[in-house]
Amino acid sequence: MTDTAAPAQKSGIRMTGAFHRLLAFSGLIALVVVFSLASPNFMQTQNILAILQATAVNGVLAIAVTLVIITGGIDLSVGTLMTFCAVIAGVFLTYWGLPMPIGILGAILAGAASGLISGTVVAKLKVPPFIATLGMMLILKGLSLVISGTRPIYFNDTPGFNQIALGSVVGQIIPAVPVPNGVMILFLVALLTAFILGKTALGRYTFALGSNEEAVRLSGVNVDRWKIGVYALSGAIVGVGGVLIASRLNSAQPALGQGYELEAIAAVVIGGTSLSGGRGTVLGTLIGALIISVLANGLRILSVAQEWQTVVTGTIIILAVYADILRRRKL
Amino acid sequence: MLNRRSLIGAISAVAMLAASGPALAQDQVDIALISKGFQHQFWQAVKAGADQAAADLGVSVTFEGPESESQVDRQMDMLAAALSREPDAIGFAALDSQAALPLLQQANDAGIPIIAFDSGVDSDIPLATATTDNVAAAALAADVMAEKIGGEGKVAVVGHDQTSRTGIDRVEGFVNRMKEAYPNIEVVSIQYGGGDQLQSTEITKSILLANPDLDGIFGSNEGSAIGVANGKQELGSDVVVIGFDSGAAQKSMIENGVMAGAITQNPVGIGYQTVQAAVAALNGEDLPKVIDTGFYYYDATNMDDPEIAAVLYD
Repeated sequence: MTDTAAPAQKSGIRMTGAFHRLLAFSGLIALVVVFSLASPNFMQTQNILAILQATAVNGVLAIAVTLVIITGGIDLSVGTLMTFCAVIAGVFLTYWGLPMPIGILGAILAGAASGLISGTVVAKLKVPPFIATLGMMLILKGLSLVISGTRPIYFNDTPGFNQIALGSVVGQIIPAVPVPNGVMILFLVALLTAFILGKTALGRYTFALGSNEEAVRLSGVNVDRWKIGVYALSGAIVGVGGVLIASRLNSAQPALGQGYELEAIAAVVIGGTSLSGGRGTVLGTLIGALIISVLANGLRILSVAQEWQTVVTGTIIILAVYADILRRRKL
Repeated sequence: MLNRRSLIGAISAVAMLAASGPALAQDQVDIALISKGFQHQFWQAVKAGADQAAADLGVSVTFEGPESESQVDRQMDMLAAALSREPDAIGFAALDSQAALPLLQQANDAGIPIIAFDSGVDSDIPLATATTDNVAAAALAADVMAEKIGGEGKVAVVGHDQTSRTGIDRVEGFVNRMKEAYPNIEVVSIQYGGGDQLQSTEITKSILLANPDLDGIFGSNEGSAIGVANGKQELGSDVVVIGFDSGAAQKSMIENGVMAGAITQNPVGIGYQTVQAAVAALNGEDLPKVIDTGFYYYDATNMDDPEIAAVLYD
């Protein structure tokens, strides 16, 4: 580990973070340029909007998991937790007929509660995060199926619910660029999380826990409490993701979600957040998520066979992380 | 320095594929098929049919589908990307008709003809739906069952899904045929195992224990049929089992006699006729609303016939 003493290193963290962001960002630009040259259909407003729309859910999940990864943990439950939160929204709105804001709040609180449980299991029971969240992943997957009766819950009785992700407030102001609300919510979540990470005590302890948890503990800080706080915040963000996907599909699909955690983690890693903790940025993660969806979209537009799309995506993930390792060796 | 190195890597990987992509899609009619799945044997058979039609008709076809049939949002992303590509026509098998409606509307507005395949789309937008007539296919299962048990007795159904179109059609097709054509056969139990082998096994055992004089059971898809056969074996029963679809396990059960036989859809035909219908639509031909892609009954005696073997998958 190159990053040692925690809060004192902050400026250093920022610098390497900025450097990596540049790297990931130029990778994103390169992909966009290549695809634009290869197909005239790529650089069209409608397609760019489709790419952003495809990034919204994974981006939100990736931001959530970024927080946990910075503390040196991992969260495998974000995919099925997203589904669980969507199902909770479905129960509140469709089964119980509650007003829309309550349904949204319910989904976000369900996410926070689940994060609270994961965090407590990790911090208090000392179960390794990989195992704790693996367990939560399965518990939530099962609960989603139980609560929904293994059938999709539709939001037909909640008019306007699908506008949360699909509508466009921006488009009402600037009709030429109808950026979907889901994408704006992703940006909003990114801004808020970046603020929390950069400007608040919770943010400082998030980095400190990942850099040297023991040092933080020895300096008299209640490590467990902060750690549980990070997991709960992460869970609440996943709740937003749950609302987004439910809105986009106008339904809570209970069988969905497993596997989505890995794509979120891939975005985090491409964005330069270290899996060993103590280092990472929200902007990097956002760029990582964009790289994944640009890649998927571009390869589809070029009619590349699906088998090969998967191979290329895997290759890019390894290249991105390898570039990070090379960079750190040089520094 | 390093920036450049990693960029060159990424660029060359993409450029390689970029070079091959448009080259084959340039002048030919471009048809995008978005399916419900990809790596499953059934969907690969659909893809094989589509590829065959593409070769026969001189068009270019792409085939994509999500990793699992629950990933509705991934299917939307695929459909959105396909739309951006501005294909000449789209073939689409909806995982969730409702979720797909905004994008289908968009395609319709852009004047791109859409052919639904497999389970179809709940909408007027698709010009035609290439699908198995599941009601007729299940009725054939009822006919075979009636013949095997001698026209009288008690039978049961282990269905795969109470809500999906295929689940409803197959159970109703079987039950209604029994009622109409075979008054001496009674359907004593209809239960659903979600297409899950284990669950269907447990259900089968409980049906057999509750009805010791049962003569036959129909399993309405691959997982249900295998479950029924497993349940029969675990209890050492000699009930007649008719299955649906194929797959290596089901085929070997038919070969060794645990299962009498099964109905198979024609996945290759589904793919072939979807592409064929898309080309016909582009040529301005009128299409029937539903294109029946056909089905067959197969058992140990005809499994290896070329016509049957071609539509069975492992």
